[in-house]
Amino acid sequence: MATVYIDGNRHDADAKQNMLHVSLSLGYDLPFFCWHPAMGSIGACRQCAVKQFKDEKDTKGRLVMACLTPALEDTRISIADQEAQEFRAAIIEGLMLHHPHDCPVCDEGGECHLQDMTYLTGHAYRRYRFQKRTYRNQFLGPFVNHEMNRCIQCYRCVRFYRGYAGEHDLNSFSIHHTVYFGRHEDGILESEFSGNLAEVCPTGVFTDRTLGQHYTRKWDQTYAPSICHSCGVGCNISPGQRDGIVRRILNRYNHEVNGYFICDRGRFSYEYVNSPERIRAPLVRRGDEREVIEKDEAVKIFAEMLGSGEDVIGIGSPRASLEANFALRALVGADRFFSGFSTGEQRLIELMLSIMQTVHVPSLREVEACDAVLILGEDVTNVAARMALALRQSARREPQKKALAARVPLWDDLGVRQVTGDAIGPVFIAFPCATRLDDVAEATYRGRPDQIAQFGYAVAAAIHSGAPPANTDASAQALVKRIAEALRTAERPLVVSGATLRNEAIIGAAANIVYALEREGRSAGLAFTMPEANTCGLGLMRARALEEALESRVQYGTVVILENDLYRRATAAIVDEFLARAGNVVVLDQVNTRTAARANLVLPVASFAESAGTLVNFESRAQRFFPVLPPSDVQESWRWITDVATRRGEFGSWNSLDDVTAAVEQEMPIFRGITAAAPPSSYRIAGEKIPRQPHRYSGRTATLVNISIHEPPPPDDPDSPLAYSMEGYTYKAPASALPFLWAPGWNSARALLKFQEEINGPLRGGPVGIRLIRGDRRGAPEFFSGAPEPVNAPERRWLAVPIYHLFGSDELTHWAPAISSLAPQPYVAVNERAGFRDGAPVAFQSDGATQTAVIKIRSEIPDGVAAVPAGLRETETLRLPAWISIEAI
Amino acid sequence: MPSQPSEHEVRVLSRRFGLPNSASIDTYLANDGYRALEKALKEMTPDSILEELKVSNLRGRGGAGFPTGMKWSFVPRQSPKPKYIVCNADESEPGTCKDRLLMEYDPHQLIEGILIAGIVVGSHQGYIYVRGEYRYLIDILDRALEEAYARGYLGKNILGSGFDFDLYTHTGAGAYECGEESALLESLEGKRGIPRIRPPFPAVAGLYASPTVLNNVETFSSVPPIIVNGGKWYAELGTPRNGGTRLFVLSGHVKRPGVYELPMGTPLRKLIYDVGGGIIGDKKLKAVIPGGSSTPVLTADAIDTPLDFDSVAKAGSMLGSGAVIVMHEDTCIVRAALRIMQFYAHESCGWCIPCREGTNWLKKTLTRFHSGGGREEDIGLIEDLAKNMLGRTFCPLGDAAAMPTIAFVQKFRNEFEMHLAGQPCPFEKHGQLVGA
Repeated sequence: MATVYIDGNRHDADAKQNMLHVSLSLGYDLPFFCWHPAMGSIGACRQCAVKQFKDEKDTKGRLVMACLTPALEDTRISIADQEAQEFRAAIIEGLMLHHPHDCPVCDEGGECHLQDMTYLTGHAYRRYRFQKRTYRNQFLGPFVNHEMNRCIQCYRCVRFYRGYAGEHDLNSFSIHHTVYFGRHEDGILESEFSGNLAEVCPTGVFTDRTLGQHYTRKWDQTYAPSICHSCGVGCNISPGQRDGIVRRILNRYNHEVNGYFICDRGRFSYEYVNSPERIRAPLVRRGDEREVIEKDEAVKIFAEMLGSGEDVIGIGSPRASLEANFALRALVGADRFFSGFSTGEQRLIELMLSIMQTVHVPSLREVEACDAVLILGEDVTNVAARMALALRQSARREPQKKALAARVPLWDDLGVRQVTGDAIGPVFIAFPCATRLDDVAEATYRGRPDQIAQFGYAVAAAIHSGAPPANTDASAQALVKRIAEALRTAERPLVVSGATLRNEAIIGAAANIVYALEREGRSAGLAFTMPEANTCGLGLMRARALEEALESRVQYGTVVILENDLYRRATAAIVDEFLARAGNVVVLDQVNTRTAARANLVLPVASFAESAGTLVNFESRAQRFFPVLPPSDVQESWRWITDVATRRGEFGSWNSLDDVTAAVEQEMPIFRGITAAAPPSSYRIAGEKIPRQPHRYSGRTATLVNISIHEPPPPDDPDSPLAYSMEGYTYKAPASALPFLWAPGWNSARALLKFQEEINGPLRGGPVGIRLIRGDRRGAPEFFSGAPEPVNAPERRWLAVPIYHLFGSDELTHWAPAISSLAPQPYVAVNERAGFRDGAPVAFQSDGATQTAVIKIRSEIPDGVAAVPAGLRETETLRLPAWISIEAI
Repeated sequence: MPSQPSEHEVRVLSRRFGLPNSASIDTYLANDGYRALEKALKEMTPDSILEELKVSNLRGRGGAGFPTGMKWSFVPRQSPKPKYIVCNADESEPGTCKDRLLMEYDPHQLIEGILIAGIVVGSHQGYIYVRGEYRYLIDILDRALEEAYARGYLGKNILGSGFDFDLYTHTGAGAYECGEESALLESLEGKRGIPRIRPPFPAVAGLYASPTVLNNVETFSSVPPIIVNGGKWYAELGTPRNGGTRLFVLSGHVKRPGVYELPMGTPLRKLIYDVGGGIIGDKKLKAVIPGGSSTPVLTADAIDTPLDFDSVAKAGSMLGSGAVIVMHEDTCIVRAALRIMQFYAHESCGWCIPCREGTNWLKKTLTRFHSGGGREEDIGLIEDLAKNMLGRTFCPLGDAAAMPTIAFVQKFRNEFEMHLAGQPCPFEKHGQLVGA
């Protein structure tokens, strides 16, 4: 702590910070461009100039940049100083020489940091009497639009894209007043985090291209606090809609999870909500036809199909909320509720969850602080992209210690990078093929899943002699020792693993490494990726495995399938047989999946944008999401189930989400605390609900006037403390129920700094999410016994392992045009020693079915391994890993 | 060809200029070449070399005039990383062409100076970063390096001393900014030529985040004579706080423009009238830029200023790179200001806003002003924009553009006012600015 003076006011400040950070944290309005809270200071824009005084006697002072001025004891600055104010206004005047002033046609208008800063500095009239500079814009792919003429050259884009996200195809070009930010040529941006450019850019150079296709101003959108449903990380998001169309997704800051950034799958997944493939009304199969029916009739038919309920089973879904799964479980009975995980997946998930009870599972904020990492058998970027971005920051921790030793503070981004150069910390990756994090890996290990498991066991044994030994090939021994040493000597070691390779021994090995470190007295973290939004939550429900139902040969009367396409969970032959065996098939889903197409009754289910519920992320953090779209004919699964139960006279007291959430909590002790994850629907501020619409929302009294001149009341929302209205207060809203960010004078995403307790700190207004597993069974858990002996590959056979694609493997984003346009075509990747030509069409056999694909040669893949993309649209699901044969066709 | 020698010169660094094959190692060896290296390796310690440098009062010849001995002493003796010697041969300040001659006519003197720096700080690798437009000098330097390797002055176990040193040349791509030492390091690392922040200083984290000594060509070239003849001898050549001689680059409206080696502290009058032979056409002197285009202009009444760092500073300017640009009475000062601003607007690296936007705006304003389209308020605007850069930009390039501009407006305001008649420039005939 240090005592600093700002405009004569005495403050306590964090001496490890700079004066811009301190001033903003204290609530002063000091303009800035190049500084970013997650990326530190570079001193390029000169916008945060303040007057610094040597001591209390100094009245002359000198102009300094607040972002480069450490908050040392007795630092004295003046923001209000006349000369400083004039200089800051002059900076804006300089930016306005070439900025096109096209705010009325700019997608950033109304949420533009440049607009805000211009007002803040008071600059109004520019003395420039020459023509403006112009640039040629580039096509950058389906996510991001490029309009270089608006650029103010703050370098934030390249600093995020290259320095933070580690991709290289966006750069700064040229010099003097024609500096250009773009690619070396037109083309799709390669980073999985490119959408963040729209929020990182202080003006309208990089904007959300999908928003542009149905553009609406920030102030005209209705927002809701939501949780991304695209993977198990649980990033907090803020979708915006108008006229029933979801327009975009903004990052919603949660300092423990996603911080300032989300991945492109998360940001652009919303497009499926608007898809014509959505199921909007109940459908009943009559003969070969499917007929649209009224909601009441659908509930009646559903009730009839349930009959006495004795031969009814329910299949849950890892992409549905806790409440939805719980409602189905309550409807059919716990012993007739099946999880809906893919074949072989449930065992792995239960194993991971039981290990999580015995270790510390770090939040992403903690992941970023780790200084040595082993990623064992996981391709984090494609399965849990936001975690990969956090791991990229972990790779900088060890080098940053050198900067601190050289007395360069960590906020001094240029200074730190000068001291650290391109150095990376001890990050190690073991995976069958190259991953997108390899560039920050000190070393990588390639092997088949069973070899990776052995490798992990060997690392554990090298850390602690009590851990079961393993047989790794001699060539890997040196690497094993290096990794063991790095983890053992690190301050905050971390192991990351997951279920991608469908290998139990890998998960056991990851646990053993952490157990070994704990026995050596080191406090280590263990993070498992979770493939779907509620994998963790459904796993904690301990339902029966889907395979049991699929392969039971029991003649079920009615099968109720909740938000799940079984054809993605098991092979087509098995699912066909299962569905044919069932008397009635009831599918509750959002889109017309292959399973839905086979159903006798289809109930239209609300997407994340239309529903409320609770999800549990990879670290067991329960988080609530709320609807942004007003009620319509589609409704939450749990509400359909409640409707049918009510009709049947069962659990009739559920009137709102709060009732269901409370029932989950009451019935299943593991979920204790989830009701506190967000305020209840009865929550009020000054007697009012929290508004979903900004106070400048326009057209409230006009948009429906062609139908009726009487303004309709806002739609009722019994499930949340939020109103479809502009009336009420957001400023003091609890963090978990904050729909959008706006503060006086701060119209852009940077308004966030007015909602944080301090810069980079938690949001004011309580915790976001409740951790369910606290790792309290720590101590000295038993080691997992050794890995099975490696298998020898049969002649001319390959072990097919699933490879996930951030764009392509996720089910619902198949219906999101921008994302699905980037999905790969089916392929089989092998190394060149397999004897195939790159691009050659082949057929491969698995589970008796033949599939076709093209060969992709990837020389890093080990002999005897074939990488097969998982979950692509219109491809058959394979039971992987499996030994396959590949034939040229 | 080097300029015709003047009898007023004290030739220390330039004493081999004009010798037959002066760039060859044989000529060099025949004229005391590599004697300093031998002395440094066999008779001296790093500390005693440093001591000689400190006694010599040698100050950096790149422009800032920082004491060289002190700079070298900042490099940590123990370092887990390799240490580097980097020679700044990115000579691009308008009016300056002295380093060019040192590389063209006496490359071995430079190599020897770099080697001695390597001995002092315990470095075994060095780079000569040559201005992109000096591409032809690369051939000369590479040939000299080859000769030095062949004769055992570079490479392993130099002169049997056990000291190893490798030296490489590297060209810039034409950016003035890369003459700023930290931008040079970025460029040398293959990155965009933008300046770095300080601290950390290059002595701690320079090239590849390693301790680095970075000096100008002339500074390194001054080292061998100091080692051979002693620091005291060198110091006495100049004035008390400004040791030695300096290569002055005389250009503009003088009868004998050229590069002349003179003791520090030589009066400006002597340089222009005795060494340079006076002003073309015996016209009246109007103004002098004393240290390269970035330094504030002096008026004719500063003609008796001694040319050393401190005296020129006292007169309100800077000795900078020692490039003296002379302007006679027919010169249009507005045009001179414009020409200089054209250069800085083109060379602004684009990193910080005041310089990037300010230089370009100034260039446009001066262009229109000079051609008769100026308004009275433009004079204030020009001064205001320049002051907005002064001391407020990320690196000194903003200062380099601001300082001459402010001086032109303040010292020659009447000439700016003469352009307000709505007519093209009132100076019918512009004198040519030779070399500028």
